[in-house]
Amino acid sequence: MSDLFNVSSGPHIRSKYTTQKIMGIVILALLPTTIYGIVHFGIKAAVLVVSGIVTCVITELIYDLIMKKPITVGDLSAVVTGLLLALNMPPNAGWWMPVIGGIFAIVFVKMLFGGLGQNFMNPALAGRCFLVICFTAEMTDFGYDGITGATPLAMIRNNEAVSVKDMILGNIPGTIGETSLVAIVLGACIMLAFGVIDLKIPLTYIISFVIFMGLFAGRGWNVDYLLAQVAGGGLMLGAFFMATDYATSPITSGGKIVYGIALGIMTGIFRCFSSSAEGVSFAIVFCNLLVPIIETLTLPKCFGKGGEA
Amino acid sequence: MGRSLERLYNGIVKENPTLVLMLGMCPTLAVTTSAINGVGMGLTTTVVLVMSNLLISLLRKLIPDSVRIPAFIVIIASFVTIVQLLLQAYIPGLYSALGIYIPLIVVNCIILGRAEAYASKNPVIPSVFDGVGMGLGFTIGLTLIGMIREILGAGSIFGFRFLPESIKPLTIFILAPGAFFVLAVLTAVMNKVKDRSQNDSAGIQCSDEMCKGCINTGCKGRIIEGSDIDG
Repeated sequence: MSDLFNVSSGPHIRSKYTTQKIMGIVILALLPTTIYGIVHFGIKAAVLVVSGIVTCVITELIYDLIMKKPITVGDLSAVVTGLLLALNMPPNAGWWMPVIGGIFAIVFVKMLFGGLGQNFMNPALAGRCFLVICFTAEMTDFGYDGITGATPLAMIRNNEAVSVKDMILGNIPGTIGETSLVAIVLGACIMLAFGVIDLKIPLTYIISFVIFMGLFAGRGWNVDYLLAQVAGGGLMLGAFFMATDYATSPITSGGKIVYGIALGIMTGIFRCFSSSAEGVSFAIVFCNLLVPIIETLTLPKCFGKGGEA
Repeated sequence: MGRSLERLYNGIVKENPTLVLMLGMCPTLAVTTSAINGVGMGLTTTVVLVMSNLLISLLRKLIPDSVRIPAFIVIIASFVTIVQLLLQAYIPGLYSALGIYIPLIVVNCIILGRAEAYASKNPVIPSVFDGVGMGLGFTIGLTLIGMIREILGAGSIFGFRFLPESIKPLTIFILAPGAFFVLAVLTAVMNKVKDRSQNDSAGIQCSDEMCKGCINTGCKGRIIEGSDIDG
């Protein structure tokens, strides 16, 4: 946090949460899906998770030391970034890929812009997008257990049948963290219970996405298809854990709803009309850049300046 | 001779068009996918820049002030056309690699900028050296960017691949985003170097009064450059 904001006139908002506590809760909420991913994909997934977290923490520490800034590793945000980055990688990725992505995420997206709270896009997703562009083949190789791994999204794109039950339980190929709907919803409930996130962004995101797909995907309102679109890819993980990132989402209620709708539409456009089956990470990164505009447009009126009514 | 050397130093270091003046960004970002393209683009621009500075400086008393910009453009466009035809005839490989960006040298702001700011007001010899300095500065900037992008994005340098096939290069660096990353980092390094060399002279001391609202917490009251405070 910038020293500039340390002194202000009242009234002050008091909160029992520190950055460290909030990040701790987010890590706790990510544990179910992390553990499920490691059980589901085996030791490879654990290696990626450890490599992502260690890289992000060490990178932030080294950056702070070189730039002679206060050490900010203790707020745990680097751990969250590393964990989310790893959860967004396919289990077959090499251990060095989270290292490259983590360094990019921490140095170029987070620290150069001023550290936590001043990053202009979600560092973990920016790191993932960087890796997708650099190593397209490795980042879309979802094979596991010797099965050729087409994700449910790729399968429904080719009109193959998918099992909704498998998608909800998580018995499908995909990135480490996105497969099990149950584990993600459990994590989301933990964050909701502690009041760390509210439902506005995830709900408007998912609902607007479903409406977009119903209207424009060309399959009509086919329930199986829409369920597969919602549960078969990174949408749930992205909606609850990455679209709700404080620094890169709007503050006001109105802004959150606009942001959620923009996310739904962008994800729909990427999934329907782009060459890849998945589009959640690019949609969130793109909408992160819209946030300053959304904030300007949804700025609440100051008390006493409301005009009529 | 002192003035000519000063012009060279000015173009290459002090007012480097790529890293300090931020001029000619279009070719800088677009053609620097490899070191050889950077060198080619830089040298082509240098030739046009030197020739146009020479001619404009010679004609500076003949060109009426009110139509000077069209006159400059005609001179620059003629030289660009000559260079384009020469490249097409003798270095067709480079010609096809640079493509549309060769005719676009006409609208490169470095060339018109030097014509307007220097060659139209100064004698011939310094103007030529100004063109050489600026051109070399541009070439060095482009070559550096091209080299770094090629090393990171293709694992090769001047077309010679040094990485084994098993190590995958970071493809993003030879795509458009890589140009922005490399340019930003190089500019930051250049600013740091310039800051350090100018700290000893022409700086002003921070006072308690000035430090109050200052967000630069890393400085701890040490001397900072005057221009930083203006923004």
